[in-house]
Amino acid sequence: MQDLNLLAQDNRGQSQLENSSGLVGWDDITQGTILTSFEGDATEIVNQKSEERMYSNFNSYTATVASWRIEKPVFNRDICIDCQNCWVWCPDTSIMSRDKQMLGIDYDHCKGCGVCMEVCPTNPKSLLMFGENTPLEDALSAWPEKKKKEK
Amino acid sequence: MAEKYDLNEREVWDGNFAASQALRQAEVDVVAAYPITPSTPIVENYGSYVANGYVDGEFVMVESEHAAMSGCVGASAAGGRVATATSSQGFALMAEVLYQASGMRLPIVLNVVNRALASPLNVSGDHSDMYLGRDSGWIQMDAFNAQEAYDLTLCAFKIAENHSVRLPVMMHQDGFTTSHTAQNVYPLADEVASEFIGKIVPVDDMLDFTRPVTYGAQTESDWHFEHKAKQHKALMDSRPVIDEVYAEFEKITGRKYKRVESYLMEDADVAIVALGTTVETARVAAQQLREEEGIKAGVVAIRCFRPFPFDQVREALENVKCISILDRSSPAGAMGAFFNEVSAALYTTSSRPLVTNFIYGLGGRDFSIDEAKRIFKEQQAHADAGYITTDIQQFSGLRGPNLGFFQTKRG
Repeated sequence: MQDLNLLAQDNRGQSQLENSSGLVGWDDITQGTILTSFEGDATEIVNQKSEERMYSNFNSYTATVASWRIEKPVFNRDICIDCQNCWVWCPDTSIMSRDKQMLGIDYDHCKGCGVCMEVCPTNPKSLLMFGENTPLEDALSAWPEKKKKEK
Repeated sequence: MAEKYDLNEREVWDGNFAASQALRQAEVDVVAAYPITPSTPIVENYGSYVANGYVDGEFVMVESEHAAMSGCVGASAAGGRVATATSSQGFALMAEVLYQASGMRLPIVLNVVNRALASPLNVSGDHSDMYLGRDSGWIQMDAFNAQEAYDLTLCAFKIAENHSVRLPVMMHQDGFTTSHTAQNVYPLADEVASEFIGKIVPVDDMLDFTRPVTYGAQTESDWHFEHKAKQHKALMDSRPVIDEVYAEFEKITGRKYKRVESYLMEDADVAIVALGTTVETARVAAQQLREEEGIKAGVVAIRCFRPFPFDQVREALENVKCISILDRSSPAGAMGAFFNEVSAALYTTSSRPLVTNFIYGLGGRDFSIDEAKRIFKEQQAHADAGYITTDIQQFSGLRGPNLGFFQTKRG
């Protein structure tokens, strides 16, 4: 199951990328379209976990692109072997993993490309694509059985 | 520590050598360059200074001018003092990255040795490459001889890197007539030049790991306009900084530069407005014409093409009766671009003097003192008649039947 606690602690996906209300004028924007990634001194950033980092509002971490998705990957903890294949391959760093333990999907940044499902080596797969509006319970109860090797 | 380079109080340098010495004295950190006539010796010399230990810098050989300016953008974003040089086709290939550099507010210095754009292929000087850069968001300064190429390249770093400016600067000189003509040049001592320019103090540098930044963000209709407006304002606001740097340079050298250079303009009835080496030709013509025929001729030269000195051009010319604006670039279906800009400034005066346009000197075609005199005399004839008696746009030094366009509706 997704670690909801982890999501609640940080400022991940707090703003909609499309939202354009209340934008500042030319006199208030940064010089040269320079965007800072973090608030304050970032010297120790490499030693901090993502939920501990002070991401700036310019950082894509704080913006969500969830609305771009049509299908979502659903993660099945019971089958996963924590091989980290999906974590390696995800083009949007949207596989949440800690200490080589798969935690779930970052649905704020996942665009539903399906690469994680493709590279999942288990039988049946631990990641499958479902319609964006399919409830988690429905998806898990619709999980296929282990496929027998054909002789 | 760099090796000592021996300099005499007076050297005989061409414009290229002068500019390369300015790069050495500015202690440029990175030059990413691709060779092209006539600018090659600038970066070639810098490369030899690096190889021989005269400057502690990095010479990056790249595969094209597009890559050269891209390398400069990276090095400048990293926080270094960066310069390169190019001409003509190379400049055209750089064009895309020029806009990137200015949009990212990177203080790169680009020596542009002006040369015609093909086709037909031509290696000689005209201003078509310079004009190509005029909307790119760079400061553009123009040297009329080797001494000025040296002096203004030193100034260029100080202007570009000023924290209230932070814009790239193009230093223009005419291909061959300046770049390959050896003249007396009075250089500064290394210590004096170094102290004048000062050390670069980086802004938003990518090598500052305490504050990681993103360069080259995408902005759509919600942000792009604001960023371009801010950039335009920075360019406009660079005017007083340029004046300050010129004033500081005058203090240590006695050589005085202005964004608009007026010659014999106090009482002038007729004037030529020009760029590049033609300015010196026109000045000689104006002086001789005053002595020989009593025609009150003067010359207005634009030292700083961008930001365009709209107000100073107007002040320099508003009391003149007739002005000819010389464009050394094919106008390709319009009045000369320089003519249009100067005319726009003059349109906001109450006197609204007569203005004519000459296209001249394309592909290195010679522009003589006699021809400048002829143009002055023609302006005098317009002034006496009270209207423009010829076509408004004419061609100077062109073979074949007379070519001209548009007639005045005043008179």
